[in-house]
Amino acid sequence: MSIILQMRRIVMISVLALSAVSLLLMLLGISPLTIGITLAKGSIFSWLKFNHVLSVWIPLLLCSCGLLFTFRAGLWNIGVEGQVICGAIGATLVLRLDNTGLPPAALLSLALFSSFLAGGLWGASAGLLKTRGGVNEIFGGLGLNFVAQGAVLWLILGPWKRAGMASMSGTDLFPRELWMWVPQGWRVAPAAIVLVIIIFLLTSLILNASQFGLKIKAAGFNPQASRLFGIRPNLICFMAMIIGGGLAGLAGGVQVSCVYHRLIPSISSGYGYLALLVVMLAGYKVAPVPIICLLFACLAAGSIQLPITLQVDSSLSGVIQGALVLSGLLVYGLQQGKRRGH
Amino acid sequence: MIELADISKNFGKVQALHKVSLKVHNSSIHGIIGENGAGKSTLMKILTGFISKSGGDFFFHSESIDLHSPKDARKIGIGMLYQEPLDFPQLSVLDNFMVGTADFSPVNQRAALSRLCTNFGFNLNPESKVEELTVGERQQLELMRLIRDGAKILILDEPTSGISEKQQELLFGALRRLRNDGVAILLVSHKLEEIELLCDEVTVLRHGKMAGYQKRPFDREEMLHTMFDTLPVSQPPAVKHIAGDPLLNFHKVTSHVGRSGLNSVSTTIRSGEVVGLAGVDGSGQSVFLRSAFGLLQPESGRISGCREVTTRAFIPADRLTEGLIPGLTIREHHILSKKSGPIITSKSGLEKTRDAIKTYSIRGTSETEVENLSGGNLQRLLLSLIPADIQLILMESPTRGLDVQSAAWTWKHLHARLKAEGAIIFASPDFEEIMEQSTRILVFYNGSITLDTPTKATNYQQLSRAVTGEDNQQQ
Repeated sequence: MSIILQMRRIVMISVLALSAVSLLLMLLGISPLTIGITLAKGSIFSWLKFNHVLSVWIPLLLCSCGLLFTFRAGLWNIGVEGQVICGAIGATLVLRLDNTGLPPAALLSLALFSSFLAGGLWGASAGLLKTRGGVNEIFGGLGLNFVAQGAVLWLILGPWKRAGMASMSGTDLFPRELWMWVPQGWRVAPAAIVLVIIIFLLTSLILNASQFGLKIKAAGFNPQASRLFGIRPNLICFMAMIIGGGLAGLAGGVQVSCVYHRLIPSISSGYGYLALLVVMLAGYKVAPVPIICLLFACLAAGSIQLPITLQVDSSLSGVIQGALVLSGLLVYGLQQGKRRGH
Repeated sequence: MIELADISKNFGKVQALHKVSLKVHNSSIHGIIGENGAGKSTLMKILTGFISKSGGDFFFHSESIDLHSPKDARKIGIGMLYQEPLDFPQLSVLDNFMVGTADFSPVNQRAALSRLCTNFGFNLNPESKVEELTVGERQQLELMRLIRDGAKILILDEPTSGISEKQQELLFGALRRLRNDGVAILLVSHKLEEIELLCDEVTVLRHGKMAGYQKRPFDREEMLHTMFDTLPVSQPPAVKHIAGDPLLNFHKVTSHVGRSGLNSVSTTIRSGEVVGLAGVDGSGQSVFLRSAFGLLQPESGRISGCREVTTRAFIPADRLTEGLIPGLTIREHHILSKKSGPIITSKSGLEKTRDAIKTYSIRGTSETEVENLSGGNLQRLLLSLIPADIQLILMESPTRGLDVQSAAWTWKHLHARLKAEGAIIFASPDFEEIMEQSTRILVFYNGSITLDTPTKATNYQQLSRAVTGEDNQQQ
């Protein structure tokens, strides 16, 4: 597609979403400009705030990369939330091990690997339900989300409860040496940033420039015809679910080892659902995903300021995100309809 | 009662119907017969208001009318029994029967259903789920619903395909009864036997034109003669290949997929053969091809030989929905069809794709997405995707939608590719193509092979008898 068309698309989406949100704000008697300034102040105007943005960006981008795989395979992986939770459980399991004798760096790496496995396993369950049991991945994923949510609560209130008493605030903090290294004045671990950038580049390489990526696309676009090319669409679907789940699990692992340093009930923070919106707004393409993730992270981080300075509820960021995605889908739909109309 | 006068229909440049005229009288069954592509379905779609005619007139009781929508057709009492039942499988028989009626009283409707059942000798349990019924029973239900709605003109599309003999008898009984009650019936069929048993008059369509009209008593020879093109009695096949070693073996293969499935089919395909599969659509040819390729697993029986994916290729009739992947480019298709490294660069497959585009004169570039190609180009792309070392080429309607030159090119290319150790099996609705291109012909009828003959030893007459079920003797 030509660059001009893409630029036009971006402009159309932004104008549409901004006018819708501005209209809503003006009806409520709030100046859209003030909101914009507050959001910017709360996200990119200070290093500390930008750190907060990055701490949202990392798990969001991981989940979105996972979703790029499943969407390419033609699957609606609604189970991202559950996969994030399972990844968090997987990482906690390793970080709670006593007397392993392993150096902290090795244990942290092992924890991240374990989170990938646990998330992948959860994705594989939804994949198996679909390919073997004929359960639509939307329902399978949704059901597994509830199971994962239940499991994390049970762990926190049961086997992994705090010394002395169980609390909804989570498990005990891990020992200091098992916190991922964060430089002075930072809030996010550089290692996590490097990891997420590598994952994104790999995703981009696999999906856009590999035989396997092409097979995922073929199986997703036309499973029936893909069989004529020797592709097994069910196997491809299953593998995409494992990768998608694994990357979501990794997001959970990062949340546990870099952000909270313990397992908490709301460990997934809704990033799974937010990532669905990110990928939809990106038109299921790889390149725009990190930028949209950053935008969404800014909105999420900036909105924390809203109740404090303007007495506006922070859920406004959700309204803006929703408006963007709906405008995006509308613009894609209209452009596609136009193309078909020829 | 209803009269069609000079009805024509064009789809773009293609003329599907040309000045077709016929009358369907009250208390009469009018048969329409013709081979695939003769224009029967187009005619029915016009009569039921699904598509509009390009020219001509309708008269209903000598009054000129227009049919703009299915609603208009329903209003004057036209009811159609489709080949695939149009019902709601998850609902019960009674629920299905009640759809479309203004009287939503289950008591009344149950009574109406049981009255109709008794009248026609049908045996349907109102509580059964429709998905548990056979095609024949679903047809009975549909028929009763049409009658309840007061259909005065009934159109039936190939009503006996996929139903048992007992159900066929019941259906014929019901149709005769309806005729005696004054209903006008239009019966579309491939089967001569059916026409002879039921119809009072018959119109033969060929290539969208009226090819013949007869009243009872019918002249069979004449009917066959008008149905199929008259060509030289026995034209020698244009190709000569020598049959060699067995390549593919079907041993008592049975399948229930599709309308007629496969019925204990046994045959051996040898290298060097070009086998043409003839028969009415859905008689088992497509299930045979898909089983041979491995897309379908037989329910019983054994298929052996050529079991490696790398030794066979399949080109389905519906090229864009079954054969190619819309959204992918020509180059991406070529990358998929050949073994190459795990990483794709901007140069991967480029040379091969450019070669293919040139050799096969595909109108597009390596980055053209396949959904933007026309029918002929799609077929040439599919051919270009067949790797050089393929032994068995399976094709469905190899020249469907292609003009004469493209078709000739396709066949020239296929014969040139056929090596001594390879074979081609193709299904085609076109006898001429089968007679000209194959060395051996298998005729399918209701899921069985009813005729297996070298092309040299048969002729159009024998083939037309075999596909219409006239000549069921295995040679």
